[in-house]
Amino acid sequence: MKIAIPVDEKSLESNVCISFGRAPYFLIYNTNTRESTFLDNSAAESTGGAGIKAAQILVDNKVSILLTPRCGENAANVLKTADVEIYKTQGDSIKKNIHDFISGKLPLLDEIHPGFHGHGRN
Amino acid sequence: MRIAVLSGKGGTGKTLVSVNLAAAAKRCTYIDCDVEEPNGYLFFKPKDVTEEEIPVKIPKVDGTLCNGCRKCVDFCKYNALAYIKDKPIIFEDICHSCGGCILLCPEKALTEKEKVIGKVQKGTSDQVTVYTGILNPGEPSGIPIIKKLLEENIPEIKKTTFIDCPPGSACIVMESIKDADYCILVAEPTLFGVHNLNMVYELVKLFNKPFGVILNKCLDGENPSEKFCLEKNIRIIGRIPFDNELGKLNSKAEIAVRKSERYRTIFSSLLETVEKEVHHETTSDS
Ligand code: SF4
Ligand code: SF4
Repeated sequence: MKIAIPVDEKSLESNVCISFGRAPYFLIYNTNTRESTFLDNSAAESTGGAGIKAAQILVDNKVSILLTPRCGENAANVLKTADVEIYKTQGDSIKKNIHDFISGKLPLLDEIHPGFHGHGRN
Repeated sequence: MRIAVLSGKGGTGKTLVSVNLAAAAKRCTYIDCDVEEPNGYLFFKPKDVTEEEIPVKIPKVDGTLCNGCRKCVDFCKYNALAYIKDKPIIFEDICHSCGGCILLCPEKALTEKEKVIGKVQKGTSDQVTVYTGILNPGEPSGIPIIKKLLEENIPEIKKTTFIDCPPGSACIVMESIKDADYCILVAEPTLFGVHNLNMVYELVKLFNKPFGVILNKCLDGENPSEKFCLEKNIRIIGRIPFDNELGKLNSKAEIAVRKSERYRTIFSSLLETVEKEVHHETTSDS
């Protein structure tokens, strides 16, 4: 089973990124092999729909669990359609969140924020 | 002739200026292109209003035809498509109706369907024809509504059209001023006002439009926006004083020109200046 977490840097010591769609990288942790790999999030630079594209990247990489502090409505729809479960991270530590998830301590992410699709009004 | 009224942000008096100029011009057309928050109609209270819905075309998918090539998903630069469980899903609130994916699909699995994104209202207020564009909340782009508003109004030579633009300088504003003969930039007398003025100033320069600035909310003392105009050699076509009477009329959604002799005079002379400017521009162009 593969777990994904949005992260600030390509290091297990770095932090959970506060954004999902705009995170620079995703850590992919494979619970069977206990391997960690980092995935560039090419969606981060998109002008719109970054969350959708980021979700697509995770689905294409056969991720089945996402740990994230927040997630937009559209991205959540992509993930749910693909049967990816979304859990809410607690605190910044990547390792602790993975550990907590495995021991069943992370809650499901229930608040999904509606997308902001502003077009430079201000 | 078409006169566009712009400002870098909302609340600077853009609607006040366009509504009152239109009221002073009497027989003219006023078009509210601020489709996310149209408010000109609140002042004009137009009668005999007719309404037309504005649809756009968005893709719909026939999953049985899709071969999974993902060309559509890769193409959509708005990321309005995702490919999940062997077929594309379409995010209608993100789709900008460019039509690209439909053209591109090798299996013709994508076809057009219509979606209403808002409406255009037309009515009259005294001799002013009032058009209002209204974008439904959550829609990604008001540009189809602006296009409709402006293409319906092939300007009559003798009739003036005032275009109340959306605030800012994004593509929707560009669409609004594209065919304007003259642009009026409305500026507030603050440092923040200068920043906003600069935004629209850059835009009209880019479009090579003749333009002038109206300084709104003028008080005695320093006016940073005025200073900016002098530095950049920008034509100031008028000043609107800050006073309670105007504020009160405005907050009651009354048109100052129709209520007060004083403001009738101020806006009529502003209008004259604008007309002279436009005339000057068109003759010096030829
Ligand atoms: S382009 Fe057509 S065939 Fe290819 S994935 Fe999209 S819908 Fe399916
Ligand atoms: S019509 Fe254009 S914006 Fe809409 S989904 Fe297709 S490619 Fe994307």
